[in-house]
Amino acid sequence: MRTLIFRATAPYLTALMLLYSIFVLLRGHNEPGGGFIGGLIAASALAIYGIACGVSPVRRAIRYHPMAISGFGLFLGAIAGMFSLFAGVPYMTGLWIYPTVFGVELKLSTTLIFDIGVYLVVLGAITSIALALEEKERD
Amino acid sequence: MAAAERPAIDPADAFVMEAPALADWLIVMPLVIGFIFAALCLMTRKDTRRQPAIAITGLVLILLCVVGLFVHVLVNGTVVMAMGRWLPPFGIAFVADMLGATLALISGIVGLATGIYALREADNTERRYGFYPFLLMMLSGVICAFLTGDIFNLYVWFEVLLLGSFGLLILGSRRDQLDGATKYAFLNLVATTLFLIAVAYVYGLFGTLNMADIARKAAVMDEVGPRLTIAALFFFAFAMKAAAFPLNFWLPASYHTPRLAVGAIFAGLLTKVGVYALLRILLTIFPADRDDLAVAIAVVAAASMLLGAIGALAQTDMRRVLGYLVISGIGIMLAGLALGSATGLSGTAFYTAHSMVVMTALYLLVGIVGAAAGTFDLHRAGGLYATAPWLAVVALVLAFSVSGLPPFSGLWPKIFLVKASIDVGAWWLAAAILVSGFLTTIAIVRLFAFAFWRPAHPDMRSLSLAEVPVARLGLPVLAGLCGLTVIAGLYPEPFIQVSDRIAFELMNPAGYIDAVYAPMPAAAEGAVQ
Repeated sequence: MRTLIFRATAPYLTALMLLYSIFVLLRGHNEPGGGFIGGLIAASALAIYGIACGVSPVRRAIRYHPMAISGFGLFLGAIAGMFSLFAGVPYMTGLWIYPTVFGVELKLSTTLIFDIGVYLVVLGAITSIALALEEKERD
Repeated sequence: MAAAERPAIDPADAFVMEAPALADWLIVMPLVIGFIFAALCLMTRKDTRRQPAIAITGLVLILLCVVGLFVHVLVNGTVVMAMGRWLPPFGIAFVADMLGATLALISGIVGLATGIYALREADNTERRYGFYPFLLMMLSGVICAFLTGDIFNLYVWFEVLLLGSFGLLILGSRRDQLDGATKYAFLNLVATTLFLIAVAYVYGLFGTLNMADIARKAAVMDEVGPRLTIAALFFFAFAMKAAAFPLNFWLPASYHTPRLAVGAIFAGLLTKVGVYALLRILLTIFPADRDDLAVAIAVVAAASMLLGAIGALAQTDMRRVLGYLVISGIGIMLAGLALGSATGLSGTAFYTAHSMVVMTALYLLVGIVGAAAGTFDLHRAGGLYATAPWLAVVALVLAFSVSGLPPFSGLWPKIFLVKASIDVGAWWLAAAILVSGFLTTIAIVRLFAFAFWRPAHPDMRSLSLAEVPVARLGLPVLAGLCGLTVIAGLYPEPFIQVSDRIAFELMNPAGYIDAVYAPMPAAAEGAVQ
């Protein structure tokens, strides 16, 4: 798959897809989207980059091992529910705050932290599988 | 469910309004700690020196939580927490009654014991490939399966523990491991699918997945047919997971292939989750259908205990001997479920706890024996009495305990079960329990006689324990587990009190249902005031 057109467009496509995956992640609470589908989009972005430019540039670009990213996601998911302890409500209860930043009201919640955790778990797990398969192809 | 004419929605209709007591948080802490430490181990996967310390910290914290939960349930009765504040049946409820809390406690003990033993056994490659994350995930899966009060959530925890166990089973990627793992994975996936189908039927029939809610609705249901079908499907699925006869062959085919620490935690925990699920579903949820299935369960129980013990006699690999003893033990646990009387269930609860500890200890023992003798083959091992006399003492204690001989913990539950069988005139079940005990004695004493008493094989050299790396941490762990079986054997009074209470709670599911559904009126009243 090392055609010139694909190699030239892949980095832009990857950047665009990563951006879009974050958009999908953030709109997820009340509209279609969320951590799982966002993670899948981000993982396919990295897979495309890997197909076009090889696996080692991807590994360099994401800096951490994909499994470590997954682990961090799991960590976020597990602690997201613990904020309920301080609010005096049962585990995993969604807690919301509405700060105003530059005149825009932001809706932030512990659910979002959990969703970011899901995003990272999916991103890490799928990327790890995809990169392993792409590496095999080169043998 | 808020009424349309009301202007504002009353949150008390849908939400838990009272803050949960701080001690109630203990019910979710094994989950949180297990996942957090599994995540930390995953992030430090390459750091093979620091990872064990993180994992052991996690295992100790989990043990502290389940000890706390056990004491909390012992003092205050059944503990309930509804996830995300949603009232049951909509929110997933975690419910810890005496049975769940006791099994969670023993799981915590077994988890820590095997974690410590594995410090010297799992090498750096296995650590890099995720030994500790898998161990922690599997342990939290097992503990949460004991604590969840939602039948679909139970399925989820089965998946979590199965995924962890698949990972542990194939660490090392040897040929026989992959062979064993294929059988293990295939049979377990079939059982899981049947379980899921049964859950779908439950949802279709009752419109709810909350165990207490199903129990409430099943009790007033007139049609026996659909309910009995579902109960029979559950029985089939969980009997497969518990490795009861005739669906037992996956267990001896796979449990001897991984590291002994892994075999130990599998033997200690996994099949017992199947037994737990059977107790919970056939006693708490569908008690009437258990009565209809009782004869079938009794036949399966008797066949499992006898054929497990006979299978153990026929093996020459020490690890496979233990695999068959696990199956025999499952049969004895099912005997109490078949009898359904207070004495029988008390015996089952006690025996389950006893078996978790003793089977784990036996696997760890065989790990040390195999390392010292240089082989797991009974024909070639020998001479360990001369090189490791203390190990022989431990081995004899465990051999007596697993056979149900006095003065160790296997004796009391078997007495209960035999008495309960004779009480209802099921003399053949009583005879099966006694004969299987006798066969188990022969099988395990044969292992002892070959590995310890007999002089060493001419081409083998048995090592002293100082030369065996797993023995340094393995012996203290084994001593601790032996201590438990000795204490439970010599001073069984508190253990019997707990198992009697478990039997009482299982026979009176109203207590379980009230624990889940009582908070609702109280919460509503709170909102009105």
